Amino acid sequence: MEETKTNAYTQSEMMAAIAARELRDGEVVFVGIGLPNLACNLARATHAPNLLLIYESGAVGAVPDRLPVSIGDPALVTGSLMVVSMADIFQCFLQNGKIQVGFLGGAQIDRWGNINTTVVGAYGKPKVRLPGAGGASAIAISAQRTLIISKLSKRNFPEKVDFVTSPGMRYPGPGPSVQATSAPYHEVFGKTGSRRSELGMTGAGPVRVITDKCVLELDENVGEMTVSALYPGVRLEEVKAEVGWDLKARRELPLVEPPTARELTLLREKLDPKKLYLK
Amino acid sequence: MPPSTSRASKVLSMKDAVAEYVRDGDTVVIEGFTHLICFSAAHEIIRQRRKGLTLCRLTPDLIYDQMIAAGCAKKLVFSWAGNPGVGSLNAFRSAVEGKGGGPLEIEEYSHFGMVARLCAGSAGLPFWPLRDFMGTDIPRANDRIKTVTCPFTGETLAAVPALRPDVTIVHAQRADEQGNTQIWGLMGVQKESAFASKNVIVVVEELVSEALIRSDPNRTLIPGIVVSAVVVEPFEAHPSYAQGYYDRDNDFYMAWEKISNTPEGFKKYLDEYVYGVSGRAEYMAKNKGLAERIKASHQVCDGVNYGF
Repeated sequence: MEETKTNAYTQSEMMAAIAARELRDGEVVFVGIGLPNLACNLARATHAPNLLLIYESGAVGAVPDRLPVSIGDPALVTGSLMVVSMADIFQCFLQNGKIQVGFLGGAQIDRWGNINTTVVGAYGKPKVRLPGAGGASAIAISAQRTLIISKLSKRNFPEKVDFVTSPGMRYPGPGPSVQATSAPYHEVFGKTGSRRSELGMTGAGPVRVITDKCVLELDENVGEMTVSALYPGVRLEEVKAEVGWDLKARRELPLVEPPTARELTLLREKLDPKKLYLK
Repeated sequence: MPPSTSRASKVLSMKDAVAEYVRDGDTVVIEGFTHLICFSAAHEIIRQRRKGLTLCRLTPDLIYDQMIAAGCAKKLVFSWAGNPGVGSLNAFRSAVEGKGGGPLEIEEYSHFGMVARLCAGSAGLPFWPLRDFMGTDIPRANDRIKTVTCPFTGETLAAVPALRPDVTIVHAQRADEQGNTQIWGLMGVQKESAFASKNVIVVVEELVSEALIRSDPNRTLIPGIVVSAVVVEPFEAHPSYAQGYYDRDNDFYMAWEKISNTPEGFKKYLDEYVYGVSGRAEYMAKNKGLAERIKASHQVCDGVNYGF
């Protein structure tokens, strides 16, 4: 049954709405394809009309007239403020600290917010070969803060990731897949337990994880994720059951406001009418 | 032959340009980030049965997946290997997961790492420093990612080696017959790739006069002095796109998942659309209705005054 009542909403719609509310008007956002793109354009259509959208492909101040299927869609160029090379995107904008918010997601996420988008299994002989880093490692390092969007499951939130592609709050030590190849000079890239600021990362890291059941928060001092708010109808035990470690939670857990009728109308009728991402 | 500064035209057919500048065992860059990916050059390389190539690209995309499936590649140097917005690159995954089609060596960076390698190559430097890779396992999987200490601040940064391809192939909207090349829309790493490379083949939608290039010099991204050959063939980038000429064929990218998920599917595609045609004109003739379906809408900017 795909039909929904006005006040009913899907998990993806909830996640897009929550992510949109994390963005403040006037911020500079590094946008990814899928839910992050929907969240940014929803924020732009509601409380943050001056959000500046930057895509890694080089479009700055993009105002896409259609839902981009790829990060380099031609609609990102038409009507944008500026188009730059990728060297400029990664150096002048990202490394130079001009990006306030970045979005990340991935196949595996650990308690510190480290993300694996490289391999499941051993690096040299993977069970599943995933696409790799793309722009994510640099976003995780240099964006002033990042938001992770991912559905909760034991598969997505294991005790240990097989490979760290994008760094979180602490380096967990080399993933099982690369231990054999570790060379001493690589210690400078991270020793087990290193904090991100000790490793020269300039951004605050993944400060929020937006899931289909709750919102989690992180900071460098505490290091690991803490449940900070629940979605209506979700119990804390359900959240804990989907995570591969003993998950911490705040003592007081407020309920997240569900998407408003206006947010739902914008998402369904304007932003993703073909339901490419709002499954 | 290195690029010449003589006034002779550099215009060649795709067949002759590939025969002259792409050799077995070469390190090859065919760049274009989503935009301006020169599929027709890859198809010609496959038709000429080049072997042992080291293929470098940020996003291998369908273009290198086809070259891997066709047996052209010895090694892949990359930073994000997927079918954008769709899923996997099946020939790449099969080879790397040991399920057939290999062996394929891989050397893996991030996008920023690949950009930095090309920046070093284009600037004539041996390496490039960058703030990336710390707190990740990527340097443990690739020992060519090292560190460098800033002599002024003492900060430790990542360092990657210059990438200096034997040949770079870039697609563009237009160039003159000397190879002065104009691009608009997303520029990717086209300029850095061209300056980093020993030889450059520029493939364009339109060959234009030097006077037209000179009327809008800020739009020239690659100067003729680094270009070895200019190839003119409309629609070379399909299923990628050329801003202002034709749209990205997202339907093809989606259909590719099914086409490519068996070795037989790959073979059938290559037989029909690569080996079965002599070049882009025949490819377009085979894809009836395609040119109309992907035709770009019209949105022209006002010019600027270059007077003094």
